[in-house]
Amino acid sequence: MADHKEIDQVSGVETTGHEWDGIRELNNPLPRWWLWTFYACCIWALAYWIVMPAWPLISSHTEGFLGYSSRAQLAKSVERARDAQSVYLDRIDAASLEQIAADQELLDFALAGGRSAFAVNCSQCHGSGAAGFVGYPNLNDDDWIWGGDLDAISHTIHFGIRSDHDETRFNEMPAYGRDELLTREEIDDVAEYVLSLSNSGSDAAAAARGEVTFAEQCSACHMEDGGGNYELGAPNLRDAIWLYGGDKSAVVESITNSRAGMMPAWTGRLDEATIKKLAIYVHSLGGGE
Amino acid sequence: MVEQAVAETPGAGVKPDQHGSVERSDAEAVNKKEHRSLYQKRIKIYPKLAKGAFRRWKWVIMAVTLGIYYLTPWIRWDRGPNTPDQAVLIDFPGRRFYFFFIEIWPQEVYYLTGLLILAAIGLFLITSLAGRVWCGYTCPQTVWTDLFIAVEHKIQGDRAARIRLDKAPWGAEKIFRKAATQIVWVIIAIGTGGAWVFYFADAPTLMGDLLAFQAPPVAYITIGVLTFTTYLLGGFAREQVCTYMCPWPRIQGGLLDEESLVIAYNEDRGEPRGARKKDTHPDNLGDCVACNQCVAVCPMGIDIRDGQQLECITCGLCIDACNTVMDKVGLPRNLIEYSTLANVERVRAGEKPRLRLIRPRTIIYSGLIVVVGLIMLFSLITRSDLDLSILRDRNPLFVTLSDGGIRNGYTVKITNKQHNERSFRLVLEGLPESRLSVVGSGADAEALTVGPDSLASYRVFATVPRAALQDSATDIRFRIIDGNGEETINNSVFRGPEQ
Repeated sequence: MADHKEIDQVSGVETTGHEWDGIRELNNPLPRWWLWTFYACCIWALAYWIVMPAWPLISSHTEGFLGYSSRAQLAKSVERARDAQSVYLDRIDAASLEQIAADQELLDFALAGGRSAFAVNCSQCHGSGAAGFVGYPNLNDDDWIWGGDLDAISHTIHFGIRSDHDETRFNEMPAYGRDELLTREEIDDVAEYVLSLSNSGSDAAAAARGEVTFAEQCSACHMEDGGGNYELGAPNLRDAIWLYGGDKSAVVESITNSRAGMMPAWTGRLDEATIKKLAIYVHSLGGGE
Repeated sequence: MVEQAVAETPGAGVKPDQHGSVERSDAEAVNKKEHRSLYQKRIKIYPKLAKGAFRRWKWVIMAVTLGIYYLTPWIRWDRGPNTPDQAVLIDFPGRRFYFFFIEIWPQEVYYLTGLLILAAIGLFLITSLAGRVWCGYTCPQTVWTDLFIAVEHKIQGDRAARIRLDKAPWGAEKIFRKAATQIVWVIIAIGTGGAWVFYFADAPTLMGDLLAFQAPPVAYITIGVLTFTTYLLGGFAREQVCTYMCPWPRIQGGLLDEESLVIAYNEDRGEPRGARKKDTHPDNLGDCVACNQCVAVCPMGIDIRDGQQLECITCGLCIDACNTVMDKVGLPRNLIEYSTLANVERVRAGEKPRLRLIRPRTIIYSGLIVVVGLIMLFSLITRSDLDLSILRDRNPLFVTLSDGGIRNGYTVKITNKQHNERSFRLVLEGLPESRLSVVGSGADAEALTVGPDSLASYRVFATVPRAALQDSATDIRFRIIDGNGEETINNSVFRGPEQ
């Protein structure tokens, strides 16, 4: 090919000598600007190899003179975000929960931070919408077991319920059936009575019998009217909300075997500011007292 | 590859016609098909200054378009307190676009889309009617290139002088003229980039900041980038931008038809071309005196006598050049003229040339412009300065309260486009026995305040007794009413347990 030039008849341009199905490739030179751009790219690539991490080695890689790494960059941007937040975080640290709730700016910051902390730490049990499940309280409603004001919520988050922390919220309901404190019939009557408190019972005679047993066995914690007690963590039995279900079999099950859910203590795992933000957020969900 | 920096023979720029007064140029069309390979070094074009009607039009349009570009940011427009008084302002930090009496919010960006659609179809219409007038007269690339050539012309002289200067050895004069040209180009380029940033901030303030080196870095970077591109595209790339970089010339192939205006050389009248003695018109020659003036003035470096070409931006300068010569030799004008391909055929067939402005495609384009324009006008006129949006909580769908009541949560967003604070009463309709409460200390459904020209977001709870709920999903309406009785409504749904 090199020794004799073949010229395309139509364009008058030299061909490469390659031919496919009668189509010959013209050997037009590259545009100058293209060529210079190409050289510039080559130089850029060489420089890039030298200054940036580029070549994989057996157990590491070339570092490059600029010492760039995406890991370091991420750490830096996290640091920057922390710095940007620190002005608020310092104020959150210094303020009481009531002060935060009264300051719109701090409140907005706490709610946003609380929402993301909730999603990371709490949503596994309470659900991403804080609506709970059977055995895991719904935090949107106005029914609280251990109290629903800011301080009570904060205390619960700090020390948990039946957790391994010394200051944990703790109570223990007897397993009336399993430990044979009450007979089957008595338990059935008490269940009827409890259901009648929220007007969902069906057997008035059984309820009347159960009322006596309730006064003897249950009213110490659940109060005489069944309205519950925050201090003892005894649920209100008069309302429409049932942590473990409100049909008769669920109530019988609760009396027979007792219930004892647990929540971990978050103090020590989360910093104070985060716990404050969580308390503010949970309180804002609609049931805060 | 043709290694030819200048398509001229050395020392020859202009030769007077031995036989007449016609100035004769041996200019070669450097972008002639035979000369041009796509893969070659750019051959420099030295456009000669044309004189005539189209050249005058181009000066006028250049003055108007540059005037609009440079002066618009400085026009003031009073909008009342706490708002910018710049007539045209793209306010990125404030997320507003101000255009005289119109203020556009980010969510209304469809007005800009509509404007772009109008501009595009308008361009289609103009192109199908009058060909590439956009390219020839108003395109920024054309305007700035023309301006840069005018600078060259002022400092280095006309075509012949510029060619001579390029060929001359470097000396004091050459250095002075070349440097002066470059300096003026750079000043124009800085002015171009500089004017751009004024559209994005208060112009007088930014001007002060820029001069005091207090302006934000992005302003200097933008000016720098635009200075560089203006200098490069106006001073050096010039016609290469139109031929190689711009997609528009290629798209126009689909918009033009045989009735669109193009620049046409009357081949039947002109050929065979040839030089002649003054005031003689030999029978064996056409009207073209082969003076090459049409080639000399062409900023695109083509010969219009070769027929229609992609490079032709229809600036009309060759018409000016040819008419000047025709007047001088006493031949009828318009050997090169604005015509249509259909008219060329009509004349050839002995018919009268005519302009067919009303054609299917011009009707369709006009119709589209009217429709889009009316839609935009209607939506602009009926546009409210109040907007209500309701986001219903989806997780949880509803909450059962201890008294058995059902509660739904909503995020109510109120956009107040007026420049004063307003207070609204929020009313929930379609849900008997319902109660509204607003989250936050001091918030009251009777008086939701929204600041001037801003958006306020409120968390609202609606609660109903269980017995009042008829269905698992009830259609409801939120209504906001301000002190003057102005109101707006948005629909939502109230969810409850399955019945």
